[in-house]
Parts: sequence; structure tokens; C-alpha cells
Amino acid sequence: MSEERKLRILIAKPGLDGHDRGARVIARAFRDAGFEVVYTGCHQTPEQIVHTALQEDVDIIGLSILSGAHTYSFPRVMELLKENKAEDITVIGGGIFPLEDIPKLKAVGIKEIFEPGAKLEEIINWVRTSVKPRQALQA
Amino acid sequence: MAHKMTEAELDRTEKEFKEWQAEYDKALKKMPQRLERFSTISDLEVKPLYTPLDIKDNDYFEDIGLPGMYPYTRGVQSTMYRARLWTMRMFAGLGTAEDTNKRFHYLINHGETGLSTAFDFPTLMGYDTDSPLARGECGKCGVAIDTIEDMQRLFANINLEEVTTSMTINPPASIIWAMYIANAENEGYSRKKLGGTIQNDCLKEFIAQKTLMLPPEPSLRLVTDTMEFGAREVPRWNTISISGYHIREAGSTAVQELAFTIYDGITYVEEGIKRGMNVDDFAGRLSFFWNSHIDFFEEIAKMRASRRIWARLMKERFHAKNPRSMLLRFHTQTAGCSLTSQEPYNNIIRTTTEALAGILGGTQSLHTNSLDEVYMIPSEQAVLIALRTQQILAEEVGVANVIDPLAGSYFVEALTDKMEEEANAYIRKLDEMGGMVAAIERDYPQMEISDASYHFQQQVERGEKVIIGVNKYPSDRPELEFVLKIDDELEKGQIDRLHQFKERRDKVKFQKAMDELRRRCEGPPCWENNVMPALIDAVRAGATEQECCDLYRDVFGTYSDPGSF
Repeated sequence: MSEERKLRILIAKPGLDGHDRGARVIARAFRDAGFEVVYTGCHQTPEQIVHTALQEDVDIIGLSILSGAHTYSFPRVMELLKENKAEDITVIGGGIFPLEDIPKLKAVGIKEIFEPGAKLEEIINWVRTSVKPRQALQA
Repeated sequence: MAHKMTEAELDRTEKEFKEWQAEYDKALKKMPQRLERFSTISDLEVKPLYTPLDIKDNDYFEDIGLPGMYPYTRGVQSTMYRARLWTMRMFAGLGTAEDTNKRFHYLINHGETGLSTAFDFPTLMGYDTDSPLARGECGKCGVAIDTIEDMQRLFANINLEEVTTSMTINPPASIIWAMYIANAENEGYSRKKLGGTIQNDCLKEFIAQKTLMLPPEPSLRLVTDTMEFGAREVPRWNTISISGYHIREAGSTAVQELAFTIYDGITYVEEGIKRGMNVDDFAGRLSFFWNSHIDFFEEIAKMRASRRIWARLMKERFHAKNPRSMLLRFHTQTAGCSLTSQEPYNNIIRTTTEALAGILGGTQSLHTNSLDEVYMIPSEQAVLIALRTQQILAEEVGVANVIDPLAGSYFVEALTDKMEEEANAYIRKLDEMGGMVAAIERDYPQMEISDASYHFQQQVERGEKVIIGVNKYPSDRPELEFVLKIDDELEKGQIDRLHQFKERRDKVKFQKAMDELRRRCEGPPCWENNVMPALIDAVRAGATEQECCDLYRDVFGTYSDPGSF
């Protein structure tokens, strides 16, 4: 049963960054690929993002950021997921990151970082092979 | 076209064209076209060849004419770059006010001729550095400006009557402008002599850039206050930079950029008239801002068409009498979204081509992107290459020696006509929808852009649109030796400074100024309630950017991104 459930993904833009082109494109791509997509628009705090993720019962959070403020917001999202015992939600990131930051983001639990030039297909395939619906995992 | 053809000439041209077409088709049987379909980056199909037949309805006198003369297709001045080159205006802002001031001096010392300020996200969104919402953002995407003292440090040792300053700031534009004016006066300059631009284009924020603060109606009221104040008090200031740049970066086509931006302009003019101003009192201080994307001819055509569309609108729709009101003067920035993090040195070539299009399109000022802006705001090394790119184009290549050298090209004129025609179709549609605010509320321009950007991304994925180093000849992202790093620790220093500033201010004077600002905001929009004089007093009395914005938010309400896609 649970295998048939569509994967639910939250696309979120943390912080004050308004560059939403990538977020909107990837949200559409996931929708077209058969996912259930929640997109909350620009300017979400880590608290709002985690709140939405729990409320909407998503399997994946895709964080999109181009402002350089990922050094604060990404670890903060991970921290809040842990506090809410929801570490099994897979978190991925997309946007612009200095190379040296990528291992640091992975160290706090971000599963994958997609940089500019990543193909939509590549991102979707990664999610399909790496993420299972949450209930299935818990069962 | 250059002259109306006689019937006989037309017949001959048509006959010869058919002969060429037959030859072309025959040759393609041996070797087919290298692409099935040729189109611009906006996916506008282009033919293999353009001839006088493509511009047979174009009237030289009505549609092309001469530079500095209506309808200004060929340029806004009679002299263009023969007298004065475009202003080389590099968008700069990083870290603290001191860091950015240092960058300004560096650029001026290397030949930059105008300043352009990039603010960090908290400043852009109307939050001081100590706001919980500003965590991790201080100085990252631009400079942090909380107070008039920050403004003083930002422009230290720069002659504000000699240099013109552009400031990319939108919902808090009135406040930042007030800080600029108040600081300049504190330094002994006259507001009558200050020259520059505030972006102050709230409509494109809802459409594309998403620096959102207030709902559309009060946003327009504040923009109109600045237009009114500028017309009376700061006559050399461009009170709005009506911007297509961000619309394009969000993924629009060239035509959408043109049409939505021009329509934003129409809306501001209508607001000014509603306020009781004569169109000629303020329209001459409206300026525009175009993106110069990678498709060379499309950009040139867009820029040429934009001047003609605006001149016609101002004359026919708004009955402007002063020729100055009809001029679409614009800044250009090369397309950030065309750059790649793979093989970043290739970005120099992209930027050069885009800058050249801006010049051939007749820009009044130009920012050239740095090759490392795909990673971070630019390093000194990269920004110097970008500035040198403009200088080489200006002084070595010879493209600035002849005015509008592409006029009369069958292709460029036909594409210019096409841009005007398609933009006008959008303008009619927006009229039918009841104007731009109504269209924004229906999510119309936002979704048009989303459709276009998704379509483009799919073309890239299928390899129909080529990005070298990304989907053709793919390459890895290398480590650049000179990527700029903004220290996370800056935030603490800026917060300390802000708190000390607040401690020092005269609390009675501050409160009195804020009360007056509130009174004006709550009153009906008119000159007596114009926010600008009260804001200048308030920032002088120590009001921070966020304190003024919080007052706005309190009086006018807030607006957040609906999150459609």
C-alpha cells in the first residue's frame, strides 16, 4: 500500500532571498514527474519550513537558496527536524554554494546538494532512487 | 525601410527572393539545416534571411528617423556616444559600509564613472541587522545599511554632486533615499544638485524579484510620493528605475520583459497623474533598466523597440508635450542567468557579447557582470576584468563611434518591429485585464514568466538550447582562486554598532519625527502628506531603516509571496 503512495516533497526557500526561478522550475518538474508538491513561496524561516513539512507530512524537503545565507538556515532546518524527531525526512539543497561549504552542509545531514547546471531529470532520479515514503520506513 | 519601394521594385525583390528560396531548398537537400528550427533564446523563430520584403510596411520617417528625434528608435540623444560614453556603473555592495566604500573607491580609481549600490537582503526587505529574520544574511548579497551613519560611511570621501549614484532598493526606497539626501545635506551638498536613481519599482517585485513588503496599493502610494517629492525638490534624481532586468532573470522572454516593464511604466504614469501632477512634471525623471541576455540581435531589437513604444505611449496615450517625457533612458546589466559555474572564464565572453548588445542598443549606463558572480558577489580581480571589458569596447573596438550602426539592417529592423508588435499585444491584454495591479492579483504576469522559464529549462534539458560547458561539452566546476568570502562574524559588529547608535539618539526628537511620519502615512495621499520630508527628519533624528519599515507595515499591512508555480 505505502509503496503506491506518491512521494510528497516540500520545496522551500529559506531566508530573505527572492531568487525563486529555480524553486518554481523544480516544483513544476516534480509535479510533472508525479510527485505531490508543496511550495510555500519565498521568505520562509527555518521554523516555518519545518512546521510546514510536519503539517503536510512530506517525505522530502528541497531547500533552494542563492543568497549565501545557507550557512545559517540549512543547519537550522536540520536542528529543528531533529528536535521534532523528524530526521527521517530527506533534505536536499539547490542553489549557489561555495565549494568548501558543501561538505559542511552534508555533515549536518543534508543528503545531497545540486548545483547550477544540474539536470531536472538527474535531481528527480536521485530522489526516486534515494527516498522512500516515510511511513514505509517506519513500518 | 529606407524608402518606400515602387511596385516594380517590390515585384523584382519578390521574384529574386523566390529564386533564392528555391536555391536554398535545393542546397538543403544535399546538406540539411544544422538545426530543424532556429529561434532566439526567447524561442522566437528566425528565418534564414531577411530582405526589404520583411520591412516593407516599416516607414523610415515614422518608425526609424534620427537619434534624439521622435520616436527615438535610434537613440535618446542626438550625439549618443560621440559626445559622452555611457556611464560605466558597476553594481557593488559587500559586507559593511566601509567594505563597500573601499570597493567604490577601487572602481572609481580604475575608471568607473558612476556608482551603483547593492544592499544585503535584510536592507532590501526592510529589516535591521539585529532582526531575527536577518540571521546569517548580513553583508552577504550586498551592503548592510541600517542607519544614516551607515550611509555616511558608505559614501565617505565621494563627491555626491559630481558622481551619480544608483541604489537598488525597492519597498524601503523612500527611506534609503531619505538617508542619502539627509547624509548629503549633512556633508554640505545641495539636494537640488544630487543626481542618481533609486530603483523603487514595486510592481516588478510582485511580478519577479519578490522583495515583498507592502500590498500593491500602498506600495504605489509610496512610489508616487517619491515621484512628487523628486519633481519638486530633487530635480536631477531618477525616482524610479522601471526594471525589466529581474523579470528576465526570473525566466521571461524578451517580449515579456519589454511588455511587463513598459506596462509597469504606464501604471506609474497613471498614478502620478492621479496625484494631480502634470505628466511633463515627472515623466522626464522616469528611467528604465534592461537585461542584456545572450541572444545578441534580440536584445538590440528589444532596446530599440522599447524607445519607440515608450515615446508613442507618452505622446499618444498620455499627451506629453515635453520631448524629455517621451525618452526611454535606460541602464543595462548583462544577464546573470546566462553565466555558468562550469568553466567560469567563459563568462567573460558571454558578458562581452551582452555588453556589446547593450551598447548597440543605445544604453545610457552599463553594468557588466563578473565571471565569479555565479558563486558569490564579485572579487576585486573579477570586477576589474568586467570593468575593463566595457572600457575595451568603448575605446578600442570602435563600436561607439557611429550612432545606432545597425539601423537599416533588414533583420534588425524587422525584429525591432516584431518586438513592438508583440509587446503591444501584451499591453492590450493587460489593459483588458484592468491594469497591472489587477493582473498581478490574478497571478498573470507571474505565471507567464513561470511558463517561459520552464519551457526554456526543458529546451536546455533536451539540448535544443545550448549552454557550453553545461549541456554541450560538459565540464566540471573548477575551484577559482579568487572567490570572495564574507565573514559570518560581520553580523555581530554591525549589530553592536546599531545598538550603540540607538543608545545615542535623542529619544524625544526621534519620537516626534516618527509621530509625524505616522500622521502622514495615515492621511490621504497628497503633497501635505508626502512621506519624504518626514522621512528625512526621521532618519536624521536616528530612525533606523527597520523602524520606518515597521511603521509602514503597521499602517499599510504586509504582503507575502503566494507561492504559486
